[in-house]
Amino acid sequence: MSTENQPGPGISGDDSLDADHEANRRIRRVFFSCALVTVLTTIAIFLVLFDNAASYFFGARISELIAGADLERTVTFGEFFSGTRWAPDHSTPAHGVLPIVWGTLAITIGAGLVSIPIGTATALFLSEYAEDATRNRLKPILEVLAGIPTIVYGYFAVSFVTPVLVGGIASNLINPAGAWLESISHLAPFVLEPAADWMMAQSVGRYSMLAGIIVVGTMTIPMVSSISEDAMQAVPDDLRNGAYALGATKYQVATRIVLPAAVSGIFASYILALSRAIGETMAVTLAAGFNANLTANPFDEIMTMTAYLVSMARGTSAVGTVEYQSLFAVGLLLFLMTLSMNLINDLLKRRFQEEYR
Amino acid sequence: MSSDTPDGRTVDESTDDPLIQTEIDAEPSPSRDAERTETIVRTKDLSVYYGDDRALDDVTFEIPENRVTAMIGPSGCGKSTFLRSINRMNDRIDAARVEGDLYFHGKNVYDDDVDPVALRRKIGQVFQAPNPFPKSIYDNVAYGLRVQGTDEDVDLDDAVERALRGAALWDEVSDQLDESGLDLSGGQQQRLCIARAIATDPEVILMDEPTSALDPVAASKIEDLIDELVDEYTVIIVTHNMQQAARISDKTAVFLTGGELVEFDDTATIFEDPTDPRVEDYITGKFG
Repeated sequence: MSTENQPGPGISGDDSLDADHEANRRIRRVFFSCALVTVLTTIAIFLVLFDNAASYFFGARISELIAGADLERTVTFGEFFSGTRWAPDHSTPAHGVLPIVWGTLAITIGAGLVSIPIGTATALFLSEYAEDATRNRLKPILEVLAGIPTIVYGYFAVSFVTPVLVGGIASNLINPAGAWLESISHLAPFVLEPAADWMMAQSVGRYSMLAGIIVVGTMTIPMVSSISEDAMQAVPDDLRNGAYALGATKYQVATRIVLPAAVSGIFASYILALSRAIGETMAVTLAAGFNANLTANPFDEIMTMTAYLVSMARGTSAVGTVEYQSLFAVGLLLFLMTLSMNLINDLLKRRFQEEYR
Repeated sequence: MSSDTPDGRTVDESTDDPLIQTEIDAEPSPSRDAERTETIVRTKDLSVYYGDDRALDDVTFEIPENRVTAMIGPSGCGKSTFLRSINRMNDRIDAARVEGDLYFHGKNVYDDDVDPVALRRKIGQVFQAPNPFPKSIYDNVAYGLRVQGTDEDVDLDDAVERALRGAALWDEVSDQLDESGLDLSGGQQQRLCIARAIATDPEVILMDEPTSALDPVAASKIEDLIDELVDEYTVIIVTHNMQQAARISDKTAVFLTGGELVEFDDTATIFEDPTDPRVEDYITGKFG
């Protein structure tokens, strides 16, 4: 039969290749299991947090509930999410998580207000204004700043930011301004008098929100500047040339060509810096403190969610108690907050990548 | 790096390359009215160095207004460097150093009181690869007007339409002005870049191999466009393509390796009766 398979030109598989294919399959399995390690770790962390958080709210772990344990409302969601006092380990415990969520948000937003403008301006300077020699000298310094352990920033806060910077702002700026307000308070006594009193009363103890903001803001500047600068450097020089040839100035090229073209990378750097600020622990604990105040006063001590985790992890509460389990509820909330930051990052990236290729 | 005359070669050998010969003969350069026009760009002993390398060597010549002047020559001959030195885009290259004089309307553009930003507002440029901004078609064309802070009374819509018509692109994009300039084809992108350049009404348009990244059909549209542009603008074009230079230019400058301007004359003269034997060799494909 003419249609019958011919012996062929040696392209049909034979035994000589089997060993190679087997090696390939083995390597594939090795690589896949490495990838699996991270995925499984993430899942495991989530499950542990979730399981323990369940026992914080319902008095028993998921596994125990399934096995038939009684459901007991130890802490209600209502108290947890709307209570304004956070003191699970107090003799009269309170489980309102708002003060420490506020602490984390205040530090994160405040740090963003520091690091985003300064970091973006630094990136624009390095990418668009600095000569090569200057950039090559400055960039490594910024990256060193990014590599300093956060505990070092914490002691920087304790020894410099709080006493010198924040203390200086309070005693040399706010207090005199209050005294001046006092002197003219007869103009509008009901408004100026309390403001003056408040301003003159401000002083800084060991910890303050403002110190936390300054320290976390400073330590996230390099993240913003370094990643933003990479994004700006990736903007093709063709675009700059096109704009310069139209008689654009350096500032116009930087703001109207480079910034919009690099926007997806720049936004990614912002999100990364904010995520870092949310999760930041050591520096913020040493700078902002351990007192869960629901306050807007930047000179007050506050507690972030991470600071609470640190203070509880020092081990004064017994395993299985409600205050011990509160660790996992707060941890789960923190996990969900950073997770949503990552999702927002992905969303923004996809959106802007479509617009600017 | 030798600009020596390849004297050993005889002119006779070159004529038996029928392809190039016929193509050039078949399409003689357009003869715009022979009346003499003003000089718009003039150079005197212009040299440009990149570090220690000399890219342009004592170039002296005059470029006429409202004409197409082509720069041809082998790669690395300094023709693009020359183009960039007219609107001082060489300033962007740290290592570049310029000696000699380059006059625009009689004013040396390398004088201390010349602002390159102001100069570039008079001298537009179109680049080798189309480089529209990642913005809408409208914003691309309006960019130059916006950065130059044109008077409030200038109607931006009007100016954008005029520029797009001037670049023979209006009919193709008039109903998609809000779409990204990057969605256009390569040829359309290049015409968009031309529209962007003429929107601010410069006097000179520099073109650095504007068709080298395009297919032949798109390229021929650009060539037709250049032919119309010289009614209002002076076009100085660098090209690798000798047939293109022959087709569209009134004057041709031939640069050879080492940044030397070997010959500058009417395009017809350059292609039919060059004085310098090296030019003849280059044009007939024997050099470079």
